[in-house]
Formats: sequence, structure tokens, C-alpha cells
Amino acid sequence: MTIVMNGKETSIEKEITVKELLEQGYVEMQEYVTVQVNEEIIPRAEYDTYVIKDKDVVECLYYMGGGQN
Amino acid sequence: MTFTNEQLERYSRHIILEDIGVKGQEKLLNSKVLIIGTGGLGAPAALYLGAAGIGTIGLVDGDTVDLSNLQRQVIHSCADIGKAKVISGKESINAINTDVNVITYQERATAENIKDIIKDLDYDFVLDGTDNFPVKFLINDTCVMLKKPFSHAGIIRFQGQTMTYVPGAGPCYRCVFKNPPPPDLVPTCQQAGVLGVMGGVIGTIQATEAIKYITGVGKLLTGYLMTYDAKKMEFRKVKIAPDITCAICGENPAIHELIDYEIAACSIRDRQ
Repeated sequence: MTIVMNGKETSIEKEITVKELLEQGYVEMQEYVTVQVNEEIIPRAEYDTYVIKDKDVVECLYYMGGGQN
Repeated sequence: MTFTNEQLERYSRHIILEDIGVKGQEKLLNSKVLIIGTGGLGAPAALYLGAAGIGTIGLVDGDTVDLSNLQRQVIHSCADIGKAKVISGKESINAINTDVNVITYQERATAENIKDIIKDLDYDFVLDGTDNFPVKFLINDTCVMLKKPFSHAGIIRFQGQTMTYVPGAGPCYRCVFKNPPPPDLVPTCQQAGVLGVMGGVIGTIQATEAIKYITGVGKLLTGYLMTYDAKKMEFRKVKIAPDITCAICGENPAIHELIDYEIAACSIRDRQ
């Protein structure tokens, strides 16, 4: 199946949970992202149950500090 | 207000813009912007906002200028090393434009002082130029509570992000990022490094948003998180919906008091 991951079409073998998506290395720094699927933010507690389906639009939004020091 | 001949000349490139004009420049000269953090983001933002003729600019920073700041914090110079950043910032702004009344708050923003600082001159717009999550969440929560618009931004390595919060008009920072990450989990710029120009790119976007908010020109980055990847040279606007369950701006906010989250050990050490 194909999803849109941070704006890029990405092929994925089968439907997977958000947790699996993060674990499978599709994301750098998986510990500090907010995941949005089809413009809806997925609560962290639902990462192991929320299933990503064909054609889903996934955004991994990184925590970004920095700027002052 | 009446412009002096010098002001007409100084702001002529603004005044000639159909969307700004004399009225828009008047709004800028009558406006008050608070910049929290005069580092990588706050430095370029403060310089451009000063040059643009923002009438009052508040600068909040408890740090002094360090040699390692000069790679990106363009408001400070070699001669400023050891000087309070807010004083160095004030001098640089006024060297460009004496129209600007620069107010200095030589302290770190905390749950105890941030409301008083924002309310001090009832600033119109707040710009987050800080480097750590505890203060980023503090600025967000305070601005939501006080119904103040603000610009969030963060930079690290070759990446940056920014979004604009306007009360009642879209999501806040906490709608997207629910809680600060555990201290030490997210690398700071000191640990991870940052390309100097990132602050320039993102900080001047924040300044642009402040000017747009004040003059009412164009569409703000409200309801969007803009991300910038310098390696790919790619800007993206990610649409974000407000979270009705948000702990601070949602329908039943769980947060009623400001929180001083723990700052990563390295950041505390930085400040001593």
C-alpha cells in the first residue's frame, strides 16, 4: 500500500500501527514526534492500536527546541 | 500621527507598498512586540522589527553574550562579549533606528514573572525566540491565558519550524505538542549543533508574522506548522486543527496555573 509520509509517497507492505511505523525506521528520532494522520493528531496512548491504512496522509511533527543559546 | 521628513524617508519603502502605506507604518510605530530570547531567532527578528519601526520592542533574556553566540546571533558583536544580551540587543536596535523604544528585561522568563512582563506594557504580539521546551510551553500557556497572539519557532541542525497562534483563530503549540519531552531526550542546539543561518530564516519569518499581524496584511501561519529543511531546501506547511481536548486552549482546560517544567541539566549549566 502507499501512504503519504511528510509529503512524500511511501510504499508500505501492509497496514501497520503508528507504533510499528515509528519503530520501522520511517522516522528519525521517534521518541519526539507528534503523529498526525489525515489531519488528526493521534494521542500517544493510541500509537499501538491506531492502524495506518492505504492512502493515509501521515505527518510526523518533530519537537524542535533551540534558537536562543 | 505626523511623520517627520526623516521618517518619511526612512520608511519610504514600506509607505510605497499598497498594503502598508502611511496607515500601516503608523500601526507599526504604535505597536509593541515582546521578544523572549535574544539568541539565534530573537536576534534577527529584533533587528528587522527595529528597522521596520516597531515603536516598542521588549527584550527578555537573562544571559550574557558569549563568543559561541556570534556564529548566528547577529544582533551581538565582538565588543559585546560578556555584556547582558538585552543591553547589547537594545544598543544594536537603536544604532539602526532611534524611533524604537527598547525595553529590557534582564531575566529568564519563568512562571513567576512572565505574566507581569507581558502585561507590563500590554504587548500586542509575543515572539518566542527561546531555546528550551519548558519556556516554550510556558510562553504558549501564558499567551493562551492572556489571549495574546504569539509566534512559536524552533531550530536545530539544518531544520526549523514555526507557527503562529492567534486566540480563537486556530490551534496553540500545545494542541500539536502535548507536553515537553523528558529533559535530556531532545538534544539542545548546544548538544546537536545548528547551522547559523537557520535562526535568520526562521526568525525573520517570525518577524514577518508580527508585522502582518500588526498591519492586518495577508494570511498568518495560524492553523499551520511551517517546517523548513535546509538540506533539502524544502518548506512545508502542515495543516493543524485545533484540539478541543487541548489541556490549555481546549473546551475544558486542565491547566489553570502556569508550570515551570524541569529544564535539562545541560541547559541549567549553560546559564550559570
